[in-house]
Amino acid sequence: MLAHLPALQVVIPLISAPACVLVTRANWAWLLATAVSIISFVIALLLVHEVSEHGVLSYHLGGWRPPLGIEYRIDHLSAYLLTIVAATASITMIAARESIKQEIPPEKASLFFSAYLLCLTGLLGIIASGDAFNIFVFLEISSLSSYVLIAMGRDRRALTAAYQYLIMGTIGATFILIGVGLLYMLTGTLNIQDLQQRIPAIVDSRTLHAAFAFLTAGISLKIALFPLHLWLPNAYAHAPSMITVFLSATATKVSVYVLLRFFFDLFPQEISLQQFHLGKILLPLSIIAILTASFVAIFQENIKRMLAYSSVAQIGYMTLAIGLGSADGTIAGMVYLFNHAIIKGGLFLAMACVLLRIGSVQLEDFAGLGRRMPWTMAAVVLLGLGLIGIPFTAGFVSKWYVLSAAIEQGHWLAAIVVVGGSLLTVLYIWKIIEHAYFKTPVSATRQSQVILEAPRQMLLPLWLLVAGSFYFGLDTSFSLGFASTAVQALFH
Amino acid sequence: MNLLLQHLELALLIPLLGGALVLLFRNRPRLREASSLFAGILLFLYVTQLLGLYHEPSPVHTLLNISASLSIAFHLEPLGLVFALLASGLWVFTTMYSIGYMSGNSEKNLTRFYLFFSVSIAATMGIAFAANLFTLFIFYEALTLSTYPLVTHKQTSEARSGGRVYLGLLLGTSIMFFLTALVITWIRAGTLDFMPEGVLEGNTQGLAAVLLFTLFMLGIGKAALLPFYRWLPAAMIAPTPVSALLHAVAVVKAGVFSVLKISVYTFGIDYLATQEASGWILWLAVATMVVASIIALSKDNLKARLAYSTISQLSYIVIGAALAWPAAALGGALHIVTHAFGKITLFFCAGAIYTVTKYTRVSQLNGLGHKMPFTFAAFLLAAFSVIGLPPFIGSWSKWLLIEGSVDTQHYVVLFAFALSTLLNCAYLLPIGLRAFFKPPDPAQAVTSPGIQEAPLACLIPLCATAAATLLLFFYIQPLYDFLYPVFNS
Amino acid sequence: MITGYFNYWVVIILMMMGFYIVISDSNLIKKIIGLNIFQTSVFILFISMSKVKGGTAPILIAGADVYSNPLPHVLILTAIVVGVSTSALGLAIIAKIHRAYGTVDETIIHEQDDLQDEN
Repeated sequence: MLAHLPALQVVIPLISAPACVLVTRANWAWLLATAVSIISFVIALLLVHEVSEHGVLSYHLGGWRPPLGIEYRIDHLSAYLLTIVAATASITMIAARESIKQEIPPEKASLFFSAYLLCLTGLLGIIASGDAFNIFVFLEISSLSSYVLIAMGRDRRALTAAYQYLIMGTIGATFILIGVGLLYMLTGTLNIQDLQQRIPAIVDSRTLHAAFAFLTAGISLKIALFPLHLWLPNAYAHAPSMITVFLSATATKVSVYVLLRFFFDLFPQEISLQQFHLGKILLPLSIIAILTASFVAIFQENIKRMLAYSSVAQIGYMTLAIGLGSADGTIAGMVYLFNHAIIKGGLFLAMACVLLRIGSVQLEDFAGLGRRMPWTMAAVVLLGLGLIGIPFTAGFVSKWYVLSAAIEQGHWLAAIVVVGGSLLTVLYIWKIIEHAYFKTPVSATRQSQVILEAPRQMLLPLWLLVAGSFYFGLDTSFSLGFASTAVQALFH
Repeated sequence: MNLLLQHLELALLIPLLGGALVLLFRNRPRLREASSLFAGILLFLYVTQLLGLYHEPSPVHTLLNISASLSIAFHLEPLGLVFALLASGLWVFTTMYSIGYMSGNSEKNLTRFYLFFSVSIAATMGIAFAANLFTLFIFYEALTLSTYPLVTHKQTSEARSGGRVYLGLLLGTSIMFFLTALVITWIRAGTLDFMPEGVLEGNTQGLAAVLLFTLFMLGIGKAALLPFYRWLPAAMIAPTPVSALLHAVAVVKAGVFSVLKISVYTFGIDYLATQEASGWILWLAVATMVVASIIALSKDNLKARLAYSTISQLSYIVIGAALAWPAAALGGALHIVTHAFGKITLFFCAGAIYTVTKYTRVSQLNGLGHKMPFTFAAFLLAAFSVIGLPPFIGSWSKWLLIEGSVDTQHYVVLFAFALSTLLNCAYLLPIGLRAFFKPPDPAQAVTSPGIQEAPLACLIPLCATAAATLLLFFYIQPLYDFLYPVFNS
Repeated sequence: MITGYFNYWVVIILMMMGFYIVISDSNLIKKIIGLNIFQTSVFILFISMSKVKGGTAPILIAGADVYSNPLPHVLILTAIVVGVSTSALGLAIIAKIHRAYGTVDETIIHEQDDLQDEN
């Protein structure tokens, strides 16, 4: 049983997805999706344990040995990401019931959960797989299902957002497919470990350059790296609240993982950094992303959109750290990814609470919300502090490592941007806090005074994330320790 | 007794406990205020115990290891002990004063007020006992955040915009410069711990040292150096007890305390001198001192005038550090204490005047001295101390600072001190003289003849601190001896 | 030059045609068509590279000892499935957009959204 864990991680949600369609009652479908998410989380934890005990796990699908057969390969990096995705999935699903009930018509609920399970399958599959083409397929599974999920938002703009995402996502995925195809033409293999062995011999080939370029463009689109981020703000702003929570904490993170896997593992990192100058592509784009996206976020009136732009900026931090090209920088990027998943997931979850009770996430409707939804808004304040990077929060730990990696590399511009970006974060987070606590609503009717706290089923997961944001600000043994082991392996 | 020494986190827990009690008794005002006072006295006793138990060398107590490079740790050393003693002692007075002031002005949301007051004190204790730069930084930020609700206490749009400036400048400078300086220190020295000889010798020279020192000094916005002083006048929108304790003692002194601590324990005074890292910061501080004094002269609002006076006095302490000379640095350290007593009294008086008359401007004070004789007498004593006249406590620190500037042959600094003293006289003394010797405005005079002082809860603390400015003049020797080894190793 | 890389030229021309349609056309359905052409070009890239000169289909029959590479065919079969799903999903979304906005023209949709924002 334990030996099959890598496959089970992907197969269980995959099988449950069609099973979910057969469940007609909305509550039962939710229960199934929640159970599967939690099982995935347990498996991910077991895998973390196995990997730290026995090192890399290689699972041969159908008994065919790699490089001919498809290999599932769980190393530290994969186990790290699997934990993040599965944990987010569990927390999202536990919190989702009320919000889904309000936003999705009951007759479509089982289809909704089925699409969600497919999305989870895709994300877990990308991480587990050790085969370049297989990664493409899982990427498409997760993307296609997330287009569906986003389109189920209650505003009609969700449809256009999903369509825009579909077009851009498909172009990105096709670019990745071209890149993988070119690699196959050159080497005759699709297995990542095998490719890694063969690439140094053909490093001067023009085809390899083309493959690298296509992969960079494709993955950047999936990450929403500036200037290929245009799909993200609309998609996050109009998707059903819980889907925003889920995607913000997983989808782009998994794409960052793909970036690492392709350019630090499939392509040996020396080649990506020195021959193909990956850092010189990532750094300027990341710097612009941090500054412009944070700046745009300040002027957003829709808070979900504001946080979406903030995500674009935060992705900039991760790619900046990775683009620094040192082991420390990459570790910093991983820690950032981990902590940001907690913080941003939590903030979007709080927005789901607000949307559930107030029916709007416009800034002006936040006036006086500090009194009406005390627990939710307190969570927003605490998570906001994390996003800014105040000490004691997870956000500080990640900023600290990115900053020290930047200074260590002597990259002063990056260092200035890292701290400058934090200041911009203060500005937009404070806009929310000030509205919620220090403004009285325009129409001070009796109705706008009633306390309207979100249901406990949402508050508990929300506060779990708040606790996580502080816990990982104080104890970095997993978030930092595991990430360092993972990255050391990539840097040999 | 050893137990007290081993658990320095008690210094944080006692005020936090006070805060918890405040929250618990939120519906019973008397118990709420009593618990705040109780925590203050308990904390003061605890710190005096620590003072008695202190001996060299004091071990570092690590509370928490966040990662290999970052840990929360506390230690005892003379500077921090003196600062903690000062803050906790004056907290007791201020709590007493707040009880009178807040009820006298029927302020609302008192639970929030006392709660965040306690949290601010806890953060101040964290700063005082920090054993490394990271711990210092954490509590520095915590202090900024926990004082924000106090600054915006009135919840008016004016208070909000004041709060925005406050938070923006303090948080902004600390993240932009302080944090960067921290990371650079970590990369260069490989440690963030405070060491008696500093940690930068041999790994940071010349321009790099100048740059690093500059980053630290600008990053510590709480020291209110020239471009980043606007937050302090902005914070004056807060209720007066907040201005008195936090913006004359805890917050601003936390800033200059950090300046001294970094100069002594991260750079090392000698190393600072050999690298000439503090050269241009010295001139920045001198400029701040003079400019702020001149602005103070032009302010009619009493609290604003006191705020600018504070800015100029803070620069004394930064100059003490930047002269990089033992006597001057010791003078700076003493000035933290001496100025605290004087300035808190001045603020107490301003608050008492407001409570009784609702006057906020200097020009309204004519003839008030006959109505509030104790308040204005205290005001004059404190003003003498701030100016630096003997036999008041303020003269000691000023004397040492001047001695330092002569020793290092910085005659321009000497001249600036003289100029600043004159300006001090010019903006402080007329307030008291006006109250005693000018006839009251006819419109105000008739309303209520006879003595009409602020509530006793306000009056007692302000008389006590005023008396202290005089009495402590004769008992400064132990403090001098205690701090002396820090700067003369 | 042209004959040697004939298949690549076809791929590139198709790819650019598809890409151009996706970017330039404001009709949502035509964008999907463009996307299809774009994807098809990649399929051709894979299929054409698997061809081995003189090789037959990879089936064991007498007289054949050179075979074409079957793997790209298998991969592309998967990719075609992905492509079909994408088109189907895209068209389904367009149908819903048409129901919600009454048009499939991107510029008009944006105008309606802006109008909604202002109100």
